[in-house]
Amino acid sequence: MAAPLRVVVAKPGLDGHDRGAKIVARALRDAGHEVIYTGLRRTPEQIVRIVMDEDAQLLGLSSLSGAHAHLFPIICQLLVEAEMGDVVVFGGGIIPTNDRPALYEAGVRAVFGPGTTSTEIVEFIETVTEKTNSGESIGCGAKTDWHWGQ
Amino acid sequence: MKAAFDGSRRGLARALSHIENNQMGSIEPPSNYIPPDKNEWQVLGVTGAPGVGKSCLVDKIIQHWIEQGHKVAILAVDPTSPVTGGALLGDRLRMSNSDGEESVYFRSIATRKHGGSVPGVVAKMLELLIFCGWTKCIVETVGAGQGEIRVAAIADRILLVEAPGRGDGVQAEKAGLIELADLIVVNKSDLDGAQRTADEIRQALQVGATSPPQILLASAATGEGIEEMCVSIDQMVEREGSSRAKLLERVKAVHEQALLDSPQLENILEIVASGTSAEMALQALDKQSQQNTQKE
Repeated sequence: MAAPLRVVVAKPGLDGHDRGAKIVARALRDAGHEVIYTGLRRTPEQIVRIVMDEDAQLLGLSSLSGAHAHLFPIICQLLVEAEMGDVVVFGGGIIPTNDRPALYEAGVRAVFGPGTTSTEIVEFIETVTEKTNSGESIGCGAKTDWHWGQ
Repeated sequence: MKAAFDGSRRGLARALSHIENNQMGSIEPPSNYIPPDKNEWQVLGVTGAPGVGKSCLVDKIIQHWIEQGHKVAILAVDPTSPVTGGALLGDRLRMSNSDGEESVYFRSIATRKHGGSVPGVVAKMLELLIFCGWTKCIVETVGAGQGEIRVAAIADRILLVEAPGRGDGVQAEKAGLIELADLIVVNKSDLDGAQRTADEIRQALQVGATSPPQILLASAATGEGIEEMCVSIDQMVEREGSSRAKLLERVKAVHEQALLDSPQLENILEIVASGTSAEMALQALDKQSQQNTQKE
């Protein structure tokens, strides 16, 4: 049996709503992955450190405060600087459609808004695994146009 | 591995994953490795029932050790769901004070169900961490079930965390943990009944044989008793009874690992499945291996 995927689910910035993050964490656990939940109000530096120490392959970011446009790209950039550009980053929360292209550009590979089913997120992770196994790099530092829901 | 010895966190994290995935053989210390003083101990096991406040107390212990100039590594072990194979590892949640410190390494570990036993994996991880210059290590486990007790038994010293309102002292004894503990802390001393819980544990221990462990009251929430707790941890002496109990658990862990790693495991299971008792199956294999060695 292959080792389970390790996924960090993080809440960057100052928003205090983590029901969504907890539900995603739960859904990924039920899909057989090892999920590390960071808790509220982490700085980008802390999140990058956690991904490094936990040797996670995926990072899910949740933001409902409107700070996604600022924080998500910073986290992707810090990951690349720490030589962790192979980590696949996805996001969720209240993220307007207009804001999404910039996030994809920054290296975020999926954005899940309200109403997303947990099945869809699990499907995304499966697709990521398939792509990674076939040698395609889709980490936050990879030069690719691919993102979920294209 | 080399990167880990050179002080790279990423290298260390990768090496620990290899150990976890059973892809690492035995670990040799780096050539410039200076073994720690024999009088110093490195590994503290922290265990207790869910919700008694282990993580919060661990956060305080980390702070205390950092102030002393230690590099502190924490391995937080949480159960894997037997149904899905997934795990939700939330121990970081309560350790926000320690996140982002250069001298703290925090790693969540799921117990997993495949192959190797957890104590074997954790023991190897600790070995690597100590080789990499982490001077204090903490293993945090839920104190329920034999597996978790065995993980705790890897530690040099064991801190058992209790809290008020969890039934009488007999409950704690039932778990089989008290004989392993070198120090017992009743957390949440700001709540009603903490003193009574401590008294009950003390009474339960007095009936027993050898020197009982020290029992302290503390509150991670208010900070009351935390300093005393840290001092006691630094001065903690291994109890005579607990060292034997730990050794026994360690031997059992090695034995269990050997069984799980054995190429004969499938054969044994098949023989048992065909209706032979497990005892007979093992005896048959013993004979077989003896004959094999004679042939050679």
